[in-house]
Amino acid sequence: MKKLLEVKDLSVSFDTFAGEVKAIRGVTFDLDKNETLAIVGESGSGKSVTAQSLMRLIPMPPGKFTGGSIHFEGEDLTQKSEKQMESIRGQEISMIFQDPMTSLNPTMTVGKQIAEGLIKHQNMSKKAAHDRGIELLKLVGIPNPEARIKQYPHQYSGGMRQRAMIAIALACNPKILIADEPTTALDVTIQAQILDLMRELQEKTGTAIILITHDLGVVANAASRVAVMYGGKIVETGNVDEIFYNPKHPYTWGLLGSMPKLDNEDEELQAIPGSPPDLLDPPKGCPFVTRCPYAMKVCENHMPEYTELSDTQKTACWLLDERAPKVDPPESAKVGGSKVHG
Amino acid sequence: MAKYLLKRLGYILVSLFFIVTITFFLMKAAPGGPFASERKLPPAIEQQMNEAYGLNDPIIKQYGDYLVNVVKFDFGPSFKYTGQEVSDIIKRSFPYSLILGLEAIFLALAVGVLLGVVAALKHNKFGDYIAMVIAVLGISVPSFIMATILQYIFAIKLQALPVARFESFAHTILPAVALATTPLAFIARLMRSSMLEVLNADYIKTAKSKGMSERVVTYKHALRNAILPVVSYLGPLVVGILTGSFIIEKIFGIPGLGNEFVVSVTNRDYTVIMGTTVFFSVLLLFSILVVDLIYGLVDPRIKVTDGGGKE
Repeated sequence: MKKLLEVKDLSVSFDTFAGEVKAIRGVTFDLDKNETLAIVGESGSGKSVTAQSLMRLIPMPPGKFTGGSIHFEGEDLTQKSEKQMESIRGQEISMIFQDPMTSLNPTMTVGKQIAEGLIKHQNMSKKAAHDRGIELLKLVGIPNPEARIKQYPHQYSGGMRQRAMIAIALACNPKILIADEPTTALDVTIQAQILDLMRELQEKTGTAIILITHDLGVVANAASRVAVMYGGKIVETGNVDEIFYNPKHPYTWGLLGSMPKLDNEDEELQAIPGSPPDLLDPPKGCPFVTRCPYAMKVCENHMPEYTELSDTQKTACWLLDERAPKVDPPESAKVGGSKVHG
Repeated sequence: MAKYLLKRLGYILVSLFFIVTITFFLMKAAPGGPFASERKLPPAIEQQMNEAYGLNDPIIKQYGDYLVNVVKFDFGPSFKYTGQEVSDIIKRSFPYSLILGLEAIFLALAVGVLLGVVAALKHNKFGDYIAMVIAVLGISVPSFIMATILQYIFAIKLQALPVARFESFAHTILPAVALATTPLAFIARLMRSSMLEVLNADYIKTAKSKGMSERVVTYKHALRNAILPVVSYLGPLVVGILTGSFIIEKIFGIPGLGNEFVVSVTNRDYTVIMGTTVFFSVLLLFSILVVDLIYGLVDPRIKVTDGGGKE
């Protein structure tokens, strides 16, 4: 059975005055129907660029594909014309952005913003699109949708705006929903509601979700598979259990270690010292080498191959080479069974 | 809404009172009088004229009388043109200024917005540079220089348009262009920067992610948001066009209100000075009110409320 989305060796660069910034360098992953894939990593690791290049939303120039392919239902999106992409965006693949405060048009009613896509992609009449808009607002849990649909975004609260965003994204029943840090700008109680809503809607519609986040709590709550990104590369992938209970990459250990834990109150918050590599001149070997406490000589000059640890888990680290010393993950990276909090 | 309008009208009246008072005393403070001219009038006759027009009364009484008359919309007769009421002069000359002003505002808005949008869409490309060169020239060249250059090129060299006066539509073209140049350039720059900002906004990305075409994104989503700063500039724009028209009307020999205003000042034609000042002020205050109302229409976040302020 063919996968819904297959991204192979995708590389995207940006031409800047300082030179070519290699934002993502050979990213490979796939996505099945009804699945939620989380892409995690810190700022600048290439998560958002990956997400936006799937929809070809990267302005080109300055951005450009420098290699690889994005196969969606067997067709390569990198080869599509702008016109063909327009019928895929919103219809087949849609996206929710990070900040609901700024991602809705302030001078257009929410109803019109929902209707726009319906009218374009499904040839609906204005009336039909309006009615469907009310239905969608009800679906995402906005009370009194008949009145709300006529309002402008500034009359909505933050959580409601993100709900409206989700309604817009789901309007045409897309096959893939890309959520780029959908909960980062929301407060914690609303975060949980939005995640629940996304999960509930996924059950109803069967949409596959790509969840971009740096919040491991969100991942534990919502995802079925995880890809950990660092320095423009995926350093480890696996299903949620593998990433949380059997992580193999030192960066994943660092991420897990820096998660605040509820049980040891007096302990300081762990951080990964250092900063991510400069992608203007990316390191030849493993991008994590400068911050990795277990770095070896080989890491500097050679990017490790993926080691397949199971059907689902793959890790790119030299520590997994048979010639490397055995290293156990640090205590801080251990996640207790019930300690994963959203 | 009604309460808001009433409140604003109240403010307009207060502003008008201050404008009338300040103009009245400034005018009286200036040396000379309406009957001082090269050919000296016999003192007895001048005395009689002053008496007839009430200029011998104490200044406070003159001021009080004037205020009472203004409230009754009676601006009095002109001192210089016998037999003409100030209201007649305004009625005769204002239509010229109105046509000229409207043409200039239309030109400045249409071309300025267009240039700005083109410049933003072609950011850092040829179209952008062309538009911005035009804009910089427009801002740095004063309107009276522009007027003479236009007259020289189009009227004298090319003989394409009439050089001055105001008789047909062709006569209005040069003065309207000269009047519109500076605000046009200003609007173009304003529009460019706000369009650039809006095109980078998150909601533009949202619109694109919905599969909207470049054209829909630009015109339906970006333009309305980008035009907000231009709308708020409309108030000062009206002021600029009105005051700019003093000079332009003089250069093109147009018998408009601006011209009348300048002439009345040099003539010390007290009632005409006051009448035109009050008229201009009313126009200005109302156009600012209208701009505020338009702003509320374009940007739903700004609500004209009974509270009187902006929400």
